[in-house]
Amino acid sequence: MAETIAGDEAVAGQGQISRWAQIRATLGAWGFMSPAAVLVTVFFFIPVIILFVISLTDLSSSNFSDPLTFIGLDNYAKLFRDRFFPKILGNTIRYVVLTLGFFNVGLALVLALLTTHINRRAGFFFRLVWLLPRITPSVVYVLMWRRIAHQPPFGILNQLLAPFGVAPRYWLVKQPWLFVILVNGFVGASFGMIIFTSAIEAIPRDYIIAAKVDGASTWQIIRDITLPMIKWPLLFVTTYQTLSLLTSFQYILLLTEGGPGLYTTEVWALTAYKRALKTYFGHNQWGYGAAWGFILVIIGIALSVIYLRVFRFNELVQEPKIDVL
Amino acid sequence: MRVKLENLTKRWGNVVGADHINLEVGDGEFVAFLGPSGCGKTTTLLMIAGIYKPTEGIIKFDGQIVNHLAPKDRNIGMVFQSYALYPHMTVFQNISYPLKLKKVPKEEMQKHAQRVADMMGIGHLMDRKPAQLSGGQQQRVALGRALVKEPDLLLFDEPLSNLDARLRLTMRSEIKRLQMELGITSIYVTHDQVEAMTMANRIAVMKDGRLQAYATPDELYDRPRTLFIAGFVGNPPMNFLEVEVVRENGDYHARREGFDVVVPADRGVKAAGQGTIIMGIRPEDITLGDEGIVGEVYVVEPLGRDDLVDVRIGKADIHVLADPEKGLKVGDMVRLNFDTHKIQFFDPQTEQSLLWTD
Repeated sequence: MAETIAGDEAVAGQGQISRWAQIRATLGAWGFMSPAAVLVTVFFFIPVIILFVISLTDLSSSNFSDPLTFIGLDNYAKLFRDRFFPKILGNTIRYVVLTLGFFNVGLALVLALLTTHINRRAGFFFRLVWLLPRITPSVVYVLMWRRIAHQPPFGILNQLLAPFGVAPRYWLVKQPWLFVILVNGFVGASFGMIIFTSAIEAIPRDYIIAAKVDGASTWQIIRDITLPMIKWPLLFVTTYQTLSLLTSFQYILLLTEGGPGLYTTEVWALTAYKRALKTYFGHNQWGYGAAWGFILVIIGIALSVIYLRVFRFNELVQEPKIDVL
Repeated sequence: MRVKLENLTKRWGNVVGADHINLEVGDGEFVAFLGPSGCGKTTTLLMIAGIYKPTEGIIKFDGQIVNHLAPKDRNIGMVFQSYALYPHMTVFQNISYPLKLKKVPKEEMQKHAQRVADMMGIGHLMDRKPAQLSGGQQQRVALGRALVKEPDLLLFDEPLSNLDARLRLTMRSEIKRLQMELGITSIYVTHDQVEAMTMANRIAVMKDGRLQAYATPDELYDRPRTLFIAGFVGNPPMNFLEVEVVRENGDYHARREGFDVVVPADRGVKAAGQGTIIMGIRPEDITLGDEGIVGEVYVVEPLGRDDLVDVRIGKADIHVLADPEKGLKVGDMVRLNFDTHKIQFFDPQTEQSLLWTD
């Protein structure tokens, strides 16, 4: 009898220890998670919630001292009824798709492949030069582009094209979209270029040698070996740059301010900025601007989820099937 | 196919990868490039494959200079230490990749790939990705990929180094059998002298980019031409002792403090009167007995079949293989008999053999 009791106590004691260990393990996991969790909460979740709350009010610079008035989804209804809503949506899609496709991923990949297939030092120098716009202040960078595409008799482009018989014109006004995409793309390509370059250089040389021995040409190696092996960096840059382009507007603001004319090059993020912070005669429609901003956040989240699905993220964590030596 | 290297040299600035390599591989021959890491064996292999351009020298396949040919035009198969299987392709896609590049019709490609895979015993794994295979299976796939286009020359770059010991033995004999059956000329790079000795018809021993010797396994083992070869080939390695060989009463004695053995006249005559030289004797050529040189057991390492015993004679250590039944312990006094017909002599300055130089 006495033995049984002692045994029970021992079991109970063990149970307590393992429960403690469990709690400690849980606390440890949370401890490691907490820095990232705090950052995401403070800089993403809380601002998004505040943004949503503001978007439900008519808060503006004319009534900010009054108590908040909640107007339900009126701001959203107003937004979708806006005469220029389809134009702005179309502009945003055009801006993101073209810049992403031709420059931030396309040109980035071409640059990375080119600079890894030439002399190592030359490649390194070339990439360094391409990074210069990124460390140039946006205002200076855009000013240079405005000089390039300036109206006659000025404009570097006009000077350069004159000997070829091209009539001088105000390039920025005639071709605003071309320059919006060029200005963003030249800077944007450097990010992907760096990521792709390191991914390409991380491919073990044996694969390339094996492919050469198997009979592949340089182009076939790029198509069959290099590109499939940098699939994840490609996914990452595409996703990251999509979200980044969706929310970026400073170059457009500096270059065309959304013009020339009405909403010619105005994108979603620029509209949100203008409504909330820069409307006519200092009248800031914070509530209305917040509605534009909030929808942009939702679009961003939806796109990330779609990307992860399309690129089949779960393939990364496939189970091994090793059974025989 | 015959392969001939003439003065083959690879330099990167001041770094010499391979230094005037001259050798010939006969049709259907299995040759091993043996040497420690950084000796230039892989550099030489990659020049033969066409990956590296030689700085100097000529590579000939069947008498034709191939220096200018791209790897894809040399019809070679290659197997790597890392297997280098394309991770995003299935086993079938890996094996058939060389055929796909040759634009072989799909049906023929499938039949051919399946035949090679069945030959390698991996025919049932065609739909798997490399990450879902064991090391041994991966190496079979890699072999299959090298064989599928029926190459004229097979190049192996330490193909077994990533496998566990037991599997390495199996694969070693499998590769050897396959090579003999198919009769494909093969060059096999390894740092493992057992692999080189057991598989190759001839071994090219390399050190610091230079070809040290190019000979059959038996010749390397019995008649090493340099101190490096003597020490590198054979396991456990050869013992080296500084001795002086003198002639006394018609006999040649190899002597040092606490050590005196009579060596056969044909060997002794070449070593006598040269001052202090290096004597080499393999552990398996020394036996323990009731007579002979006296020494003290310093370390005993059980190897299973034998004990590797470190015996101290004066200031020198000599490794001896002993029967574990003897139960030798540290501090025991033993007597050593040397099989003097196996003794080697080397010049300490040039490190060349005094016995086997032409």
